[in-house]
Parts: sequence; structure tokens; C-alpha cells
Amino acid sequence: MKFLKIFMIILLVNSFSQLKSDEKNNELKNKILKNVRCLICQGQSVYDSESDFASSIKLIVDRKINDGLKEELIYEFLKEKYGDWIIYDPKLNKNTYILWLLPLLLFLLGGVIMKKKLKF
Amino acid sequence: MKNKLSISIIIIFLSFCFIIFYKGLNNSKTYTPQINDKKDMPIFKAKDFNSNTYVDSEKIFEEDIFYIVNIWASWCVPCRTEHPILMELSKSQSVKLIGLNYRDNQINAKNFINKFGNPYSQILIDKDGTLGIEFGAYGVPETFVIDKNKKIIRKFVGPINQEIADKIKLIIK
Repeated sequence: MKFLKIFMIILLVNSFSQLKSDEKNNELKNKILKNVRCLICQGQSVYDSESDFASSIKLIVDRKINDGLKEELIYEFLKEKYGDWIIYDPKLNKNTYILWLLPLLLFLLGGVIMKKKLKF
Repeated sequence: MKNKLSISIIIIFLSFCFIIFYKGLNNSKTYTPQINDKKDMPIFKAKDFNSNTYVDSEKIFEEDIFYIVNIWASWCVPCRTEHPILMELSKSQSVKLIGLNYRDNQINAKNFINKFGNPYSQILIDKDGTLGIEFGAYGVPETFVIDKNKKIIRKFVGPINQEIADKIKLIIK
């Protein structure tokens, strides 16, 4: 009877941690899919899209997460296959530095103009 | 003088914005992934269309020749237009065609092959489209040229026409 009780507790704890891990994986999957562009219905994320391409990407991402791949590695895999454009959040590199630096330059330029105008 | 300079700067700035937006409007709004980068061929296991057994990619691409991977489906209308060209390409001794049957019904796919001919030395089943993703495909038909070093050297999105077939013939020569 005691053995059965211990067994039941272990089973309960195990299934609870399994549930928790599934939930965590699901959250990560959704986060990644929301940050990946669908190449068929451009303008929609893979998460929102119902195209064949999107459903294949959903399966691939699911598999990669289950294989233990980290979020960054999954993005790297997709970028290697389809280029940086597939990710909504472009990283700073030689193709995107204007995108990242232009707002900063405009901000600084605005600051300089304001300083000159207001003379402070 | 100062006023003239300010007006000139504003005009230059507005012209600059106009050129940028005008060019942007003329650009294609559809993104197509780069197609001329050399990429390593994916390593995978796939179901063979005829035997229904799993085969390794190393076994499929083991010969020291060029390979053409063509993604097709019986429901895909452009695949019918490119099929005669694939049949012609399959006659070459220096290349082997591998078909990737994409999200298809196997009976329909068999009927398609029986009706239009089989240009492929081997057909693999890609039931859920994930094998196509491994190749970097996003639709059907798509064609990849793989060199002797097992690198994807060219990718053609859409149906193969005679012009593309001539390009492929030059590559595999």
C-alpha cells in the first residue's frame, strides 16, 4: 500500500513536470512563430498564416524545439535557408546597419539643430 | 543668404525622400530568397516513393555527378508545363533527377507519372513539406542544382522553361 502511494506521487510529480515542460515549449514555439515571416502570405507571421509553407515551418520549429535546439539556433537555421528577411527582428549586420544607425543619426542631427537654434 | 541655404537644404532633403520613396514603390513587394548562394545540401532521411522505405540522403546522392532536385506535385498546374523539359533533361548522362513529391496524394502522384512519364531516377515523399524546408523551398515547383561537392549551387523558383533548362545544361556540362 505504501509502495503504491509512493508510486502514485512519483507519477503525479512526473506528469506535472511533463505538463510544465510542454507548456514552456509551446510558449517558445509561439514566440518563434510570431517572429518569423510567412513567405507565401507576406505581411503575415507564420503564427498567423495558414499556408502550406507556414504549416511546414510550424512542424519544423516544433521538431527543433523537441530536439533541444535553442531559440537563436532555430532563427539561424531559418536565416540560413531563407535569408535574414524571414525574421521580423533584423540583427545588426552589414546589410542592416543603415536601418539601425539612421534613426540614431537623425536624432543626433536633430539635437545639434535644436542646440544651435535654442543656443543653450 | 541664410534663408536661401535653408530652402536649398529643404529642397535637397525632400528630393532625396522623393527618390527613395519613388524607387521603393517601383521595387517588387514580394521577397524572394537569394538563389545564387552556394549552400550545403541538407542531410536527411526520406521515404522512397516506390518502395515506401526510408533512405538516407548520402545513399541517394552517392554518385560523383550533378543532381537536380525537383519539387513537384500532381495538383500543381505549373509542374505539368515543366514536365516535358524535365523529361528532356533526364536524358543527359551527367545528371540525375531526384523528385520530391510535395504534399501529395500518392495515387494521384502515380497517375501523374504514368500519364506524363518519369524523369526521376528516384522520387522521395515529402508528405508534410518539411523536406522542402530543409532545401530552402517555399513552394512548388522549385528546382535545385547540386554539384559534385554536394553543394546546392542554383535554385530556380517556379516552372523550368527552355531558357532555364539551357542554363542547367551549361552548368552540368
